[in-house]
Amino acid sequence: MTEIKLTVNGATRSDEVEPRLLLIHYLRDSLGLRAANVGCDTTSCGACTVLLDGESVKSCTVLAVQANGRSVTTAEGLVAEDGAMSAVQQAFRENHGLQCGFCTPGMVMAATSLLAENPHPTEQQVREGLEGNFCRCTGYHNIVRSVLAAAGKLSGSSEMPASEVPDSGVTA
Amino acid sequence: MIPASFDYEVADSAAHALALLAEHGEDAKLLAGGHSLLPMMKVRLAQPAVLIDIARITELSGIAIDGDEVVIGATTRHADVASSVLLKAEAPILAYAAEQVGDPQIRHRGTIGGSLAHADPSADLPMTLLALGGTIEITGPAGTRAVAADDFFTGPFESVLGPDELLTAVRVPRGGPDSPGGTVPWGYQKFVRRANDWAIVGAAAYGGRVALASMGGTPLRALATEEALKSGAPIDEAAQLAAEGTSPGYDFHADVDYREHLARVLVKRALEGKAD
Repeated sequence: MTEIKLTVNGATRSDEVEPRLLLIHYLRDSLGLRAANVGCDTTSCGACTVLLDGESVKSCTVLAVQANGRSVTTAEGLVAEDGAMSAVQQAFRENHGLQCGFCTPGMVMAATSLLAENPHPTEQQVREGLEGNFCRCTGYHNIVRSVLAAAGKLSGSSEMPASEVPDSGVTA
Repeated sequence: MIPASFDYEVADSAAHALALLAEHGEDAKLLAGGHSLLPMMKVRLAQPAVLIDIARITELSGIAIDGDEVVIGATTRHADVASSVLLKAEAPILAYAAEQVGDPQIRHRGTIGGSLAHADPSADLPMTLLALGGTIEITGPAGTRAVAADDFFTGPFESVLGPDELLTAVRVPRGGPDSPGGTVPWGYQKFVRRANDWAIVGAAAYGGRVALASMGGTPLRALATEEALKSGAPIDEAAQLAAEGTSPGYDFHADVDYREHLARVLVKRALEGKAD
């Protein structure tokens, strides 16, 4: 067992984990954070996407020990204390950016990371930025519309929590 | 899918990583971003007893100019290569190629050294380093050696990298808009059927060098094309020779004839300076 200490959705956590424990299982099974889903389990579909130090990663291909000393954000962590959804989450709701909802937490996290890196993406940049996330319901149009709407809402405001801003430090 | 059990060690310097490799021998594997290794461990294609995490070694990460070359640390991530202002100015083909790897999430984790050490003949960066005529720096018990990209890849997922050695850095020539010699013409073509997939065939051209992905057991130079260009043949004619000396495989995407056809078409476009 290896001891890890990390920040999850703003709270400091300390746990003993097996080195082979995947981050997605640590989040879902150890911490009970069920927003991120296990989809393909092969780094393809993006349903397990979370933020690691503010950047999108597929948590089915990250070991919990690799997150040691770092900050993890799941879709649960985007919701404010008063229950208000983030601009990206709100935009998905307003633009019908989901049908079955399985891919949605991963889409929202990938979109959050994309907008942190590029606050004013073109439609093409949104499509390419979501290349790592599969949706088998919507045909993507409303998802792209949602991300563009969120970008519009976020521009000029500083609604993004500090935990979503990419860390400029060493993240290799 | 959960990997088989292993012991986890964190290396805090290149010397420490080498000491851990010496201690654990062939039972150990180095872990950087883990985006080639962990998927293999999940399906038991790899089952190391020890993982040595080198991702936190700061001396192995970063991008800098050294004389007429750019040096990229082994654990520099694809996202950092792709967005590097320095690389866009000094080796734009490498920044562009890094942007073609996988998808944003994968680029936030995967590293240039990891991709080269994995030596996938269909991958973006091995082909690109071959086109650039880059060099791979390796440190081991016998000291440090520099291996030309032409000599590095030995077979599918095989290279000259020994089990007791650490790939520390990659060197590429300066050939961008800010370089003393100006921009070396380049083009990059990757033919895929699905988002975030590997190339069915890939072609990278840099100056007079042309490299191919998915046309054999290693990334390959299109030597007949290069020779033709050297003797003054027009691009159209030289590109017709792109599949000579290659040995592509076949799968549900493409048979051998189709891959050879793609090589000719993609090399032509790459030589025309197209990247899309």
